[in-house]
Amino acid sequence: MSELTELGIAAIRDGVAKGDFTATEVAGAFNAAVAEANPALNAFIVTTPDHALAAAAKVDAARSSGQPLGKLAGVPIGMKDLFATEGVQTTAASHILEGFIPPYESAVSQKLWDAGAGMLGKLNLDQFAMGSSNETSAFGNVISPWRATGDTAARAPGGSSGGSSSAVAARIAAAATGTDTGGSIRQPAAFTGISGIKPTYGRCSRWGIVAFASSLDQAGPMARDVTDCAIMLEAMAGFDPKDSTSLDLPVPEWSTQLSDDLKGLKVGIPREYRLDGLNADVAKSWDDGIAWLKDAGAQVVDISLPHTRYALPTYYIIAPAEASSNLARYDGVRYGLRELPEGAGLQDMYAATRAAGFGPEVKRRILIGTYVLSAGFYDAYYTQAQKVRTLIARDFENAFKEVDVILTPTAPTSAFALGEKTSDPLEMYLNDVFSVPASLAGLPAMSVPAGLDAAGLPLGLHLIGRPFDEQGVLNAGLAIERRAGFAAKPAKWW
Amino acid sequence: MTYRIQGATGEWEVVIGLEVHAQISTLSKLFSGAATAFGAEPNTQVSLVDAAMPGMLPVPNRECIRQAVRTGLAIGAVINKWSRFDRKNYFYADLPQGYQISQLYHPLVGEGAIEIVPDDKHPDVTKVIGVERIHVEQDAGKLMHDQHPTMSYVDLNRSGVALMEIVSRPDMRSPAEAGAYLAKLRTILRYVGSCDGNMDQGSMRADVNVSVRRPGEELGTRTETKNVNSVRFVMATVEHEANRQVDVLESGGKIVQETRLFDPDTGTTRSMRSKEDAHDYRYFPDPDLLPLELDDAFVEECRASLPELPDAKRHRYETALGLSPYNAGVLTADADTARWFERLLTDSATRQGKSESDVARAASNWLTSELFGALNKLGRTLGDSPVSPEAGAELLALIGDGTISGSIAKQVLEKMLETGDAPGVIVEREGLKQTSDTGAIEAAVDAVLAANADKVAQYRGGKEALFGFFVGQTMKAMQGKGNPQLVNQVLKAKLG
Repeated sequence: MSELTELGIAAIRDGVAKGDFTATEVAGAFNAAVAEANPALNAFIVTTPDHALAAAAKVDAARSSGQPLGKLAGVPIGMKDLFATEGVQTTAASHILEGFIPPYESAVSQKLWDAGAGMLGKLNLDQFAMGSSNETSAFGNVISPWRATGDTAARAPGGSSGGSSSAVAARIAAAATGTDTGGSIRQPAAFTGISGIKPTYGRCSRWGIVAFASSLDQAGPMARDVTDCAIMLEAMAGFDPKDSTSLDLPVPEWSTQLSDDLKGLKVGIPREYRLDGLNADVAKSWDDGIAWLKDAGAQVVDISLPHTRYALPTYYIIAPAEASSNLARYDGVRYGLRELPEGAGLQDMYAATRAAGFGPEVKRRILIGTYVLSAGFYDAYYTQAQKVRTLIARDFENAFKEVDVILTPTAPTSAFALGEKTSDPLEMYLNDVFSVPASLAGLPAMSVPAGLDAAGLPLGLHLIGRPFDEQGVLNAGLAIERRAGFAAKPAKWW
Repeated sequence: MTYRIQGATGEWEVVIGLEVHAQISTLSKLFSGAATAFGAEPNTQVSLVDAAMPGMLPVPNRECIRQAVRTGLAIGAVINKWSRFDRKNYFYADLPQGYQISQLYHPLVGEGAIEIVPDDKHPDVTKVIGVERIHVEQDAGKLMHDQHPTMSYVDLNRSGVALMEIVSRPDMRSPAEAGAYLAKLRTILRYVGSCDGNMDQGSMRADVNVSVRRPGEELGTRTETKNVNSVRFVMATVEHEANRQVDVLESGGKIVQETRLFDPDTGTTRSMRSKEDAHDYRYFPDPDLLPLELDDAFVEECRASLPELPDAKRHRYETALGLSPYNAGVLTADADTARWFERLLTDSATRQGKSESDVARAASNWLTSELFGALNKLGRTLGDSPVSPEAGAELLALIGDGTISGSIAKQVLEKMLETGDAPGVIVEREGLKQTSDTGAIEAAVDAVLAANADKVAQYRGGKEALFGFFVGQTMKAMQGKGNPQLVNQVLKAKLG
């Protein structure tokens, strides 16, 4: 039944509802695909075939007794291992949480189970979501199912949601959750030829998601196409009184209002994103995107987002500052790893536990964050970064007076080879250059596949919308999807 | 009277500021739904948020904010309609998050003031102490070092409990002022109901900032003595710390800015850590929380919910009820005492068919001298008094309508405290009713005068001071039951 794993959310949901196949058959097919692929791809840290089967059994029982089915009834998904899942190990891909089994379920994952989805397993990621290639995971890096033409070198699946992108692209999960702090949904989606949306900050509850940078972290779906993203986001989003930053707004039925007719829509092309030496394939795909949106009826306008060049440095002050504080709770006292050398006191235990538990990138960001918040440096770094963040948000506000949606490339290149950028963290950070500004402004943004580059690797296009206007982003995404006609899949080598 | 330390080289002035941590009286914690009851088994009042489990988020408790705003209004402070929570970062085993959520940059409550009476003996001499701010923050848990030979245990019951930090201006100049400030603050908190003020349970504790200087000169370097938990200890801390600093300075030393601890057993302070090892708390706005924005209606609701406050009540007792400043001070120093008094007053006025102001002086005198004195002897307080305000009012009514005399009333009160019986029942049972029968009084007076013919002669010879003797003898003969006014009248008439 391997053809079942070719199906995405809408197809599975409709097929189960119609009785073309059972949810149990779907879960079984995906469980088998995971078992076969995971040794090669390392996309899952733990697999939970029983969870997927139990959820499917419930859906099948509900269907046979004529009860209404949820939005994701019978859809087996992967859960990024940043979401706390009750009774299932939750690690943030860090050794410091290895073996941690939460007695609670994150708000978003609970909503997904309530909608009828099942869990195939917990997906690998960059440690504490810090990274752009999945190479910072304590459980080994995820390998992209994609390879460059005529090359067997292992490619990065992007990050931090690299397990999610790899699993969806390899057709071993119908869809997956991601989280995005500076591009962690969009960049891996672009690297692997799938769609992913980061909604407006506050759309999805952060309750139960291991925190990286609280003012930036947002959950979102990663799926085969724009429609699947819309359906899954409907199930994930919603006001949560347990998260003070949650948006108290109704969740629109994005999927039923999808339209690729962009007549009357204005699309902005920010000139500051046209970097010197922009990769030629990326530049071409951007031009393709402009042409497709015009074809869909949109008017394309040049715009300026003048503070764009400060976004990356601003992000790399604010995100580590918040992280340095958010990660203080991993101290060996209550849960997770505890290193207690012979004769150690409290401070020694902290030092030993955190030294052994955190990987190098996490340590680097804790150090950066601690530094920028320190007395004497706070104003020069943190306060200044907050001011620039306000200016960046204002750039977008001004732009959205003129245009409805903004189109840029998702990432400066296609997927690089594993190991290619690990020696220079700054070069790795540059991967977020197009995705970070929207994160700082809390705006909805998505990546959709646009085509393959000369090396045969996927490229993504990036759409940024007004606050709360996920519909505008999804519609523009749909217009590109229909015109790009992206049908490439990674050749199965595992 | 100005307080000065007489040093070997001259006079020194003491400058004191207090930072008081007051636990907000709410059923649940500042950012979680966990309970806050005192004395529960360790780690039974801990939510996932309080234990800082991964992915847990704080949600502000509206009632905690409300109580802090009410407290601010009670001291006439500015309420900041826009405030924000900050994280204070440091590592300790009793701090699960690795940071305390507090308010550094934008506190909820701004400038206010508290009026104190530094010396009870001069109730009319007051001083105003400035309050710089009140902010809201989380308490930490508690380490237990006596549970295991080599390890410490952590109790997180207090973790996340809401505190108000009430920061005074350095306006106090003596141990007595510091003590009076803390006592007055506790009175206000109890009136408002925002903190139970139970310092022995840790609901209220003070960080005491002390420095000394030559009168009129620049402020000296201060020390901060942490977590002092009674009015008496605060006074002792100031006393000891100021004298220590004078000794250091006079012997050519320098005061080190440092954190100190008070030892209640010795009444002294000792160094805990100096500024050099001070933490860098890396305060920054908590990104898990939105700024706290209050609307006018919320603040007005808080204002409307305030009871009459101690200063206003005291003023009313003096002016509208005609009480002495001393009595007004004693009766308003504690919200429960004032409540008790007001029930006594209302019931007395009703029973006697008079206005409250007509019965107020008698009621306040009886309460402050008779009942307090009697309870004191029994080692009791008004809180566990066997005599209720209603019973007190009945007793006052018996005095008021002449059924018993003031001295008989003392006996009746003793019986009331012993038996818990109503005063009317006691008077009836023991036959203590006052006699206003003129015939009986005349007979008693005649007997007394006949038995003391020599003294009668002396009295008539001009020794008028003996009148009291005759009154006493007559009352004694009548077992105290003679109506004092009638006894006086009859004696006056008979003695000519």
